[in-house]
Amino acid sequence: MILRLIKPGDWLVLLGGMLATGALFANLWQGNAADKAVVRSGGKVVAELSLAENRIYIAHGPLGASRIEIRNRRARVAADPSPRQYCVKQGWLAHAGDAALCLPNQVSLELTGAKKLYDSLNY
Amino acid sequence: MQIDIQTTPEDHRIARLAAFAIGLSVMEAVIPSPLPGIKPGLANIVTLLVLERFGLRAAIWVSVLRVVAGSLLLGTFLSPSFVLSLSGAAASLLTLALARYLPKIWFGAVSLSIFAAFAHIAGQMAVVYLWLIPHAGILYLAPVFAAAALLFGSVNGLITARLLTEGEGVLPAQTALPQP
Repeated sequence: MILRLIKPGDWLVLLGGMLATGALFANLWQGNAADKAVVRSGGKVVAELSLAENRIYIAHGPLGASRIEIRNRRARVAADPSPRQYCVKQGWLAHAGDAALCLPNQVSLELTGAKKLYDSLNY
Repeated sequence: MQIDIQTTPEDHRIARLAAFAIGLSVMEAVIPSPLPGIKPGLANIVTLLVLERFGLRAAIWVSVLRVVAGSLLLGTFLSPSFVLSLSGAAASLLTLALARYLPKIWFGAVSLSIFAAFAHIAGQMAVVYLWLIPHAGILYLAPVFAAAALLFGSVNGLITARLLTEGEGVLPAQTALPQP
């Protein structure tokens, strides 16, 4: 009875809707979405910042202060005294596993997500 | 002094259908919702029926009247939630305006309803992001909203399809209209 109300194309639309919803869940809920920024100075963790809250954090290294900015679920090194500015030029980081290293100021910014990502595997 | 407003039978029909839709929105405003924005959207059934029976122009009228009069009754007129209703209605009407050209043999009310539901929540989320909460955090709710849109869109579509096949008695299509 109820099946008579659904036309062939409707099944297609229904399937498309399910796929779209599934893709949203996969990408936004368990993919490599980042939820925390880990700031290290000289190899030691100095701050773990939630990406949910916009803020600015100052990390201190041998050369001076590095300014870490968190905005809109992304993080970046906004300013750093290192001469080549690589970590600043890297811009916004948004995915778990993304990292910016400021050398020689020894400050690093790394994003982590719910899932642990490996950067090497050993047997 | 008496003021006479000239009304056509079509005005009366639109007013009656809008009243149906307003009744449904006010009714479902009572239902508690786990998240603001998730609700069955029963009034969309009326919009879909009107689109099918009387065309796009009537559907737009009924939709806009429902949003404006419904918000007056609920006390949300010109508040953010009114703007959200309006943007959701506008997005889904826009989508319906295009989707109604899909071949009728293959695509029925269920398709239209699902499209409208997705457009509704997408329009609302766009306004929330651009105006109310410009923070990517609201994206985290998108999967939940999409799932709700799929569920309620399908159910409303089935109800609409059922009402459309059930015959002419449901809507006052061929009934004699009272003369003003």
